[in-house]
Amino acid sequence: MNFSFDNERPIYVQLANMIKVSICNGTYESGSKLPSVRDLALSAKVNPNTLQKALFELEEEGLIFTERTNGKFVTTDKKIIEKTKNELAKSISENFKKEMNNIGLSLEEAILYLQNLGGKK
Amino acid sequence: MSLLEIKNLNKSYDDFKVLKDVNLKIEKGKIYGLLGKNGAGKSTLIKIINDLLTKDSGEVLFLGKEIGSFSKAHISYLPERTYLDKSMKVKEIVKYFSEFYSDFDCEKAKKLIKDLDLNIDKQISKMSKGMQEKLQLVLVMSREADLYILDEPLGGVDPATRDYILDTILSNFKEGSSLIISTHLISDIERILDEVIFIDKGEIKLTSGADQLREKENSSIDEIFRRSFKC
Repeated sequence: MNFSFDNERPIYVQLANMIKVSICNGTYESGSKLPSVRDLALSAKVNPNTLQKALFELEEEGLIFTERTNGKFVTTDKKIIEKTKNELAKSISENFKKEMNNIGLSLEEAILYLQNLGGKK
Repeated sequence: MSLLEIKNLNKSYDDFKVLKDVNLKIEKGKIYGLLGKNGAGKSTLIKIINDLLTKDSGEVLFLGKEIGSFSKAHISYLPERTYLDKSMKVKEIVKYFSEFYSDFDCEKAKKLIKDLDLNIDKQISKMSKGMQEKLQLVLVMSREADLYILDEPLGGVDPATRDYILDTILSNFKEGSSLIISTHLISDIERILDEVIFIDKGEIKLTSGADQLREKENSSIDEIFRRSFKC
């Protein structure tokens, strides 16, 4: 995972988001064990408390669960992962649409740009 | 009970009030940033907590007891300026620390010194300033203390050394212990803070959770600090 933070937003929110992305793209597979809080905090170079808070958020959303004494695991419920992916995709699309509108392009024109991403002109 | 509690603390140098009615609570298991401009009173406050300066009035309680030899045995302090005896060799200073502090982890210190590629037979006066600062940090972080107080650990070092210092702090403080890091270089350090304390002209102006403050103000701690204390 690439950890780079923007100091203007809460760090725990950014961390939770990064872990979500890693779950969606399969870096952390469904059902697999997450690294320990201390190890994750060290690789992200953040305070373990902040990481704990990010994990708490993910647990609230049902994306991860704690097995007593055993650590934290990614949910085995694929529907939750799909839902998360869907939410992330929505927010990325909304941002894209907003930025395209900002430079004076309509949604239809923006879609054309997306379709041409493959190199075809 | 708080790890450290400061009540109505005052300190003056002659007629100049350096600390004005300071009240502060430091809880267990958190990293605090003591943030203030040069001359705001950070170092004076830290020296009083470490029993190196006497207060004029007020209370400074460590685990409920007035500070003294008990608190000194549990607080690991990195002063702003190095106090190492420069005629000593690295291995001598390690021995000195392990004899002086019962919570000093000699093996950990040796490992960290090895990671620095530092020869234990080297004399401190022959090391670069940056290396001396790293060595001192290693010694301070090798104690299994309940509270670490680091006074301007990032002052005057290059960005690569800053990363080393932040990494060393994060990976070596004892679990469940607390840290107070004083600095005016906020943007480099704000990512690792749980709580921020703004101090200005000897007064505590604000204490808040770091992420709460970002959420509330929609800006970085550095930006909020600059806005609050414009010269």
